Amino acid sequence: MAETNKDAPVADAAMAPYWEAARDGRLLLGHCRSCDRCYYYPRPLCPFCLGDETGWREASGAGTVYSWSVERRGKPPYIIAFVTLAEGPTILSNLVDCEPEAVAIGQHVTLAFETREEQPVPVFRPA
Amino acid sequence: MSIKGKAFIAGIYEHPTRKAEGISLQQLHAEVARGALADAGLTLADVDAYFCAGDAPGLGGFSMAEYLGLNVRHTDTTETGGSSYLIHVSHAAQAIAAGKCKVALITLAGKPRTGGAPPGRPPMAVQPPDLPFEAPFKPTVLNNYAMCARRHMHEFGTTSEQLAWIKVAASQHAQHNPHAMLRDVVTVEDVVNSPVVADPLHRLDCCVVSDGGGALVVVAPEIAASLARPQVRVIGAGEAIKHTNGGDIDITYSAGVWSAARAFDEAGIARSDIKYASLYDSFTITVLMQLEDIGFCAKGEGGRFVADGGLISGVGRLPFNTDGGGLCNNHPGNRGGMTKILEAVRQLRGEAHPAVQVANCDLALAHGTGGYLGTRHGSATLILERV
Repeated sequence: MAETNKDAPVADAAMAPYWEAARDGRLLLGHCRSCDRCYYYPRPLCPFCLGDETGWREASGAGTVYSWSVERRGKPPYIIAFVTLAEGPTILSNLVDCEPEAVAIGQHVTLAFETREEQPVPVFRPA
Repeated sequence: MSIKGKAFIAGIYEHPTRKAEGISLQQLHAEVARGALADAGLTLADVDAYFCAGDAPGLGGFSMAEYLGLNVRHTDTTETGGSSYLIHVSHAAQAIAAGKCKVALITLAGKPRTGGAPPGRPPMAVQPPDLPFEAPFKPTVLNNYAMCARRHMHEFGTTSEQLAWIKVAASQHAQHNPHAMLRDVVTVEDVVNSPVVADPLHRLDCCVVSDGGGALVVVAPEIAASLARPQVRVIGAGEAIKHTNGGDIDITYSAGVWSAARAFDEAGIARSDIKYASLYDSFTITVLMQLEDIGFCAKGEGGRFVADGGLISGVGRLPFNTDGGGLCNNHPGNRGGMTKILEAVRQLRGEAHPAVQVANCDLALAHGTGGYLGTRHGSATLILERV
């Protein structure tokens, strides 16, 4: 049996539109038509009502830093952050293309994509 | 149905090892089980319920029940990370109150320093659903808690110096514990001048990594009355889970807000009645947020509460973690909930080190946060009374 990366995501058919959009440089959020509310991470049943009247909303890409830390043990060190999107949800990501000394809570950031293990994922850089 | 007064903690044991070379994980479980039963004055044959969490090798409770030679009629393998054992006491009290068992054994062991089973990792038969949306960004336990500290500083003006006081208090206590990994007293300057590992947390804001374990025996009132040990009664318990809530988050508080309220409601006592508190201390920020969430001070006031020795036994208003806690003593298997209960029981029995023993300690609290403070975690609160 071939060795597998135990942390590699298992394919989830319901999430295929999310990953297809990521390859186009677009970030999709879950959206519940009953609640009229966006949520993240996406899932087919709404985390606020467990209803299945759900779909997708594309994020504008605008956000602000909610909190952040520099992982000094990283080689190289990297910035992890919670970013609050203009659409409401706060999501975990990395801040890129900026020095730790320049980061502040409330700072405006904008969406970008970086490829991690052959998969484009949403990161943020200073706006 | 309330569990108030329905169960007693009759036996406790903390493994003295901090580096278990040549001792298997299962042997550690067996040694702490034997120690807690001996402390209670009970035998293997008396045990009719077994509780363990994800640190126990094998499948659920089967494998360790077999290894230990247990024949039980009740089992519970509730898994909430490091807070699991606090919930086990609560669930044992529920089971005793419901007549399902009379003598419940709870064990924890871990070997993060010397290998063996993966330390502190819950059994994940399948991947957690958050994984594809978080793992690419290399989140760690450390940077997760660090983001809570950062946000707390931003909203309430909490400082690194205030957080450092928590480590100072733990070190003041640990100097009296011959088993503690870190027995040197440290100062605020020592903490804030130690290397930054994940801004704004420093190396000395973090707990130790240790092997070891502990065990508890929770019994029915009539069993407790028949034993020669001091009687420590469970009078309140609460548990709660907090998560990312679809992205609508506030990481300045933990699920302890809910678990503590439930425990105090059940116990029917005030926060100010508590003479001693064992508080999960994976990091200094964990202690500070829990103090606020439990209600020992208002949200945002934690920094002022802990400063100037506020948590030092004999000095401050609320003695905490008088064994040195996870910050200085041990954190077996990266799971600190068990040792929190052990020291609370010692305090209630009057068996803490004389230098840190709280006078007339009749009411104590033990509280834990398992998992990840900034994303998803399980909090548990226990209130214990010396009869």
